[in-house]
Order: sequence, then C-alpha cells, then structure tokens
Amino acid sequence: MDRTVSDTPRLAARLIEGEPAALARAISLVESDTPAAIDILRAIRPHLGHAVVVGFTGPPGVGKSTLVNTYIAELRKRGKSVGVVAVDPSSPITGGAVLGDRIRMAEHTLDQGVFIRSLASRGALGGLSASAAQVADLMDAAGRDVVILETVGTGQSEVEMAMIADVRVVISAPGMGDDVQAIKAGILEIADILVVNKADQPLALQTCQQLKAMLGLRDLTRRSVPVLCTDAINRTGVGDLADAVEAVAGRVKQRENRSAVAGRTRHLLAQAVAKAAETHVMQSRTQTIAAIVQGIQEARLSLSEGARQVLNNLGGEGHDG
Amino acid sequence: MALTATIPARVLVTKIGLDGHDRGSRIVAAYLRDAGMEVIYTEPWQKIESVVALALQEDVDVIGISSLATDHLLVPKLMKALDGAGLGHIRVIVGGIVPDDEEAVLLKSGVSRVFHPGADRADIVDVVARLARDAGANRPDG
Repeated sequence: MDRTVSDTPRLAARLIEGEPAALARAISLVESDTPAAIDILRAIRPHLGHAVVVGFTGPPGVGKSTLVNTYIAELRKRGKSVGVVAVDPSSPITGGAVLGDRIRMAEHTLDQGVFIRSLASRGALGGLSASAAQVADLMDAAGRDVVILETVGTGQSEVEMAMIADVRVVISAPGMGDDVQAIKAGILEIADILVVNKADQPLALQTCQQLKAMLGLRDLTRRSVPVLCTDAINRTGVGDLADAVEAVAGRVKQRENRSAVAGRTRHLLAQAVAKAAETHVMQSRTQTIAAIVQGIQEARLSLSEGARQVLNNLGGEGHDG
Repeated sequence: MALTATIPARVLVTKIGLDGHDRGSRIVAAYLRDAGMEVIYTEPWQKIESVVALALQEDVDVIGISSLATDHLLVPKLMKALDGAGLGHIRVIVGGIVPDDEEAVLLKSGVSRVFHPGADRADIVDVVARLARDAGANRPDG
C-alpha cells in the first residue's frame, strides 16, 4: 500500500496545533516508514520536550492495561492531557495482530483529552515496536502533557522501554508463582517505580515484601525505588502512583542531557540496523547469502563470522533484498 | 526502499447498539489477523461517536460492523458521522443477519459490502484487503 502525502508541512502544522486526526495520520506515516515521515519528524523537533513519557511494563496478565486505564483517570483529574501508545504483539508468521489493549480503556474513548493509539510490535523484540519512540515524540509535539507507553507483556528484557521513557514503571502481581523471579533478572534494574497490582489478593503483601527485600540487596549508592501496591479495578493506590511518577519526572527533567539523547538515538539506530540485516538475510535470493548459510551449516563458518560477512555484504549490495 | 516490508491494513472490528453477540466479530477478527492485518478489536455496545473516535485515533482503513439483532439499522447514522468527521475515505462493511431489503438501504448509505451467514473466509479477506487499498488511495491527507 503505497501512500503518498500531498501536503506534509500542513499535516505537521495541524499536528502541532494538537489536531487528533493529524496526529493519527502522522503516526501511521511514521510507523510505516514512508518518505513523508522524516519531514514530519524534522518539523516537530522544535516542539519536543513538553511531555513526560511514562513506560508501563511487566509480565502478561498483571493488569497493565487496567492500571493504565485507572492512571489515565487520575491524570485527567489532575488536569493533564494524555497520549497512550499501547503495543500488542504481531504474529511472527503472518504479521497480523489483534490489538485489544484499549478494550480496558474504553471509558476514555470520548474524552478529547485522551488519545490512545494501538501499535502492533511488527516483529520488534523487547516489548515495543520500532517506531514507538517516534510515536511518543509525535504525541509530545501534539501537546500531550503525559505520554504513556504500554509494552507487550513479555515479562523480561523491556530495555527498549528504558531507553525511551522518562519514568519506568514495572508492574507485577501476586499469586503468579515465579513472577518475582521473572522480573528480577531482566527489568528490575530499569525500574524507577515498582508496582504490585491486584493488591486485593491475599499474597499481595508478601509479593511487596519480596520486592522490597530484593531491592535491599542492591548497591546502596543507587537511587531508591518505591514499591507501591495498587488495585487498578477498585482504583486504589493510583494517586500514590501518580505522585511517585511526578517525583521521578521532576528528577529526570533536571538531569536531562544531550548524551542521554544521543545514546538513545544510537540504540534506536542499532535496532534499525539489526532489523534491516534480518530482512536482508531472510529475503535475499543472492548467491552470497546462500553461501554464508551453507558455510554455517557445514561448520566452516561460525555464526559471528557469518554475521560479519553479511554486514560486509549489506554495505556492498544492500539494495537487492 | 528495498528493505521495507509491506504495510499491514488496519481494520476496526466492532459492534454498535445493544446487541452483545460477539462470536462472529471475534471469528472475523481472527480471520483478518491470520491474513496479516492489524485488527483493532473492541467490546460490543459501542456508541456511534465512539466508533468514530476509535477509527480516527487508530487511523483505520476499514470498519467491520457485526450485527445479529437489527443494530445494522444504525449503520446509516454511522456513515453520516464518519463523513462529518472527515473520515469519508474509510470503507465500511457489515456482517451478520441483514434482510435483503435492508441490505439495499445499507449499500445506499455508503456501506461497501454486506456479508451474510455462511460467508466465505477467503472472500471476506479479499474484500477487506481490496477496500483497505481503496481507502488508502482516497485519504484526504495522503
């Protein structure tokens, strides 16, 4: 589906004015990596930095979408406009997706102060889609006070979110067996705030204490991470969560610096390179790639040496993929 | 660009009015997902204005309305509302229990296609894919 844009500067201007239809359209263009996307991203640059970007991540079923829904309501009570980027997985086989996060956020559908967009992960690992950072930027430029990023519930290695969000909220729930184990290795390190949702359940306090104990084992020079209990369905604890987010956001804005932004860009570039290389290897019909694959199969080449050869090949004839 | 994959069609699958029979809409959502499309799925009982807001924010190409208990008679109102919101490029299909004489009313209001019980999976997928391309070609801002 080749979509060309007749009037990109006007679309960008309407987005900056905050027009929802323009924001929606710009997100599609950026997500699809169309030529117009780069023009829009350039046009919005002077309008970035207003929003606080809050990431919500955690294992499947802990109540991320429900907590986001309740958190939106709290933000609206505090007079903030909200943008939500909700990511669900794409099928690795067909590329298709059913995007259902916003089912839990239906109460905000008709609120002009809330703009929710569902994104499919489109093959990206790490819980977000490749364009999530840019989509967050678009919402920022459109004047949203708070942008919420909700990741795919993969439970671990949501380091992507850590690179994009100003405030990282990691959500857990009681009674999920080893879920404390599941979050401690990968994403505990990135959390600014830990939340135990479903606090009405019997084991909630125990889970909270386990998390606090685990935090107690960390290097004492690191900043403290609050552990909060929420019950998203009954809407308790969400005011505390909003306060905690504001406190972290205040700290972040102070230490915001260019090297962090450059680091983030470098990370996004590395991701894009990996994606391009993957597409090249999977779709290329050239002899060169076939020979590398065969070399690995016959144990003449190591995987890392094969990868090096692919990257060299990309540089030389990257347009045949 | 050689390394960019094709862009999946985006489809909103939903129900308006008071009918809660959502088996059909779930099946169609799964068909479209398995055909490589991105499906925004909602609960039943949506208001017309909610469908318009959802379609706008999600920038969909096609809306599929499932109707098993006469709520398809609300669809002409939805067509007007979409037009009024500047979303006239979005293609709308209806599936479910629709009597023949009322199908004519729906088509006249701008609905692209009505699917009846027993509709063929491949036909549904083909029609939605084609309508998504039409919608893309008719966008007011590209």
